[in-house]
Amino acid sequence: MNIRRRQKWAYLFILPFFASFFTFGIYPIFYSLAISFNDYAPLSQISTWVGFSNYSRLISSDFFWESVLNTIEIWIMSIVPQLTIALILSLILNERWVKGKNALRSIYYFPNLITPITIGMLFTLIFGHPGGAINNLFTGLGLMSEPVNFQDTPWLAKAVGGIAICWQNFDYNIIFITAGLHSVSEDVYEAAEVDGANAFQRTTKITLPLLRPIMLYIMITSIIGGLQIFDIPKMLFGGNSLGYSTRTMVLYMYQAAFDNWQFGYGAATAYTIAMIIGAFSLVTIVYNATKGKK
Amino acid sequence: MTDRQSLRMNTAARTKRTLSHMLLYLVLICVAATCFFPFLAMLIGSTQDNLTITTKFSLIPGTKFSANYERMMQNKDIWRGFFNSLWLAVLNTCICLYFSALTGYAFSKFNFRGRGPLFAFILVVMMLPGQLGVIGFYREISNLRLLNTYWPLILPTVSNCFAVFFFKQYLDGGLPNEMIEAALIDGCGEIMIYHRIVLPCMGAALVTQGVMSFIGSWNSYLNPLLVLNEQKKLTLPVLLASIKSGNGASDYGAQYVGILISVFPLVILFSFANKVIMEKISIGAAVKG
Repeated sequence: MNIRRRQKWAYLFILPFFASFFTFGIYPIFYSLAISFNDYAPLSQISTWVGFSNYSRLISSDFFWESVLNTIEIWIMSIVPQLTIALILSLILNERWVKGKNALRSIYYFPNLITPITIGMLFTLIFGHPGGAINNLFTGLGLMSEPVNFQDTPWLAKAVGGIAICWQNFDYNIIFITAGLHSVSEDVYEAAEVDGANAFQRTTKITLPLLRPIMLYIMITSIIGGLQIFDIPKMLFGGNSLGYSTRTMVLYMYQAAFDNWQFGYGAATAYTIAMIIGAFSLVTIVYNATKGKK
Repeated sequence: MTDRQSLRMNTAARTKRTLSHMLLYLVLICVAATCFFPFLAMLIGSTQDNLTITTKFSLIPGTKFSANYERMMQNKDIWRGFFNSLWLAVLNTCICLYFSALTGYAFSKFNFRGRGPLFAFILVVMMLPGQLGVIGFYREISNLRLLNTYWPLILPTVSNCFAVFFFKQYLDGGLPNEMIEAALIDGCGEIMIYHRIVLPCMGAALVTQGVMSFIGSWNSYLNPLLVLNEQKKLTLPVLLASIKSGNGASDYGAQYVGILISVFPLVILFSFANKVIMEKISIGAAVKG
């Protein structure tokens, strides 16, 4: 076969992909970087070079660091229950005697398909005050004497955000943990059983340590995804929770760029966020590597 | 005597096991119920008037569905948004499948210079946070005078990195090189090979990726929000979100109806394709795990 003549076709075949990839994928990333060093006046449409001043303004902004803190708090409130629930459920679903696994798994996966916008609205309605479904349910059952104002209690507003994200994503983790569980050989368990290990010991001494690589993978993807949360917090309580308690850093970026039309400042925020996410991922990887060596 | 004793112990152990199994089933079912609860609240809420929604929790559907629907329709033309989202999702899915499969095929079956570095490059960019380019994307579109058109929502689907990765993996294992060589010897042209041999061989992978692309496009929010600004061009998620921020007083019933309409197609799609979707995700997990 004439390889050189075939090569030409390969370049032709990947051409549309790379044309679109460079135009809409790569170019905007570099363009954002350039924008972040400029100040853009929306009315006159003139950009002026300002060097690092957008970045220094951002770093000295209390509102930005508050949004970083909000993001981390919401992320922790979603990742901890997410991993706990996912781990427990995957361990149960991994047992042979459980029936209806496929039906259960489909139900668990379903929240993942719904638009975050819809989820944000739905949770706003359900956790509304005074008449959301949750308040009505709990006061109706007599578990609470008075309805709780989720929206105007900062930590509760964040918790609702965390719950919404957890609710949407926990099954995603089940899928990965289940894949990890399948990769553990049956022989190991049989050997442990012969040696007299009970079910609890088998789980803590064999299963959990062997799940470490998959847990690391889940943590990294969760950091990259979880620190970028945007749609759910934007919709939750209409973005009106007391003291901007659910304003995340990406939401902060969005508001800077598209509500206040400060593109330079917004782009600087985007790059700072990317660096924060990169730092978190790096810390997780390094921490895991040093812990794994011991 | 000893026999009876051991029998009794067996029964005790079995009861204990049954009990623990029941307990674990209860956990599984509780979680499933939690997954359903918001949908239940939505279904019931859409049929009740605002006073009932805000004052008591009831599992009995009301009779106000049509009233809620009318109020929502007065507020926003939700069906227009629905069909905008629908044709966009169908078109984007077709474009994404055709070009991603083409690119995946080139990366899988051709030996061209720069293949390795280019593919590695795609994988690296996949890991970057998506927010990095948002502002640049908006300014670029604005400079190109493409704001308030559908082009910025359609053209980027040509380069779906995840789909290319998925199709390349699939073709690496699923399509024997001999088939292509045989076709070449028979004098089949390269484009014909792609259309007549490669695409038909990828049926299963196309369906799986197609379902995911459709859902992705149907749910996409940020780009349509930035690009489109004319009421009648808006897609469903943007329109739904604007019901919320548009009027001061919350109209719970109307909002529930709107949410119901946006979730409905996904319920249909999921009930037909849930096997396909679960498979695709498990494949992804197996690759990474």
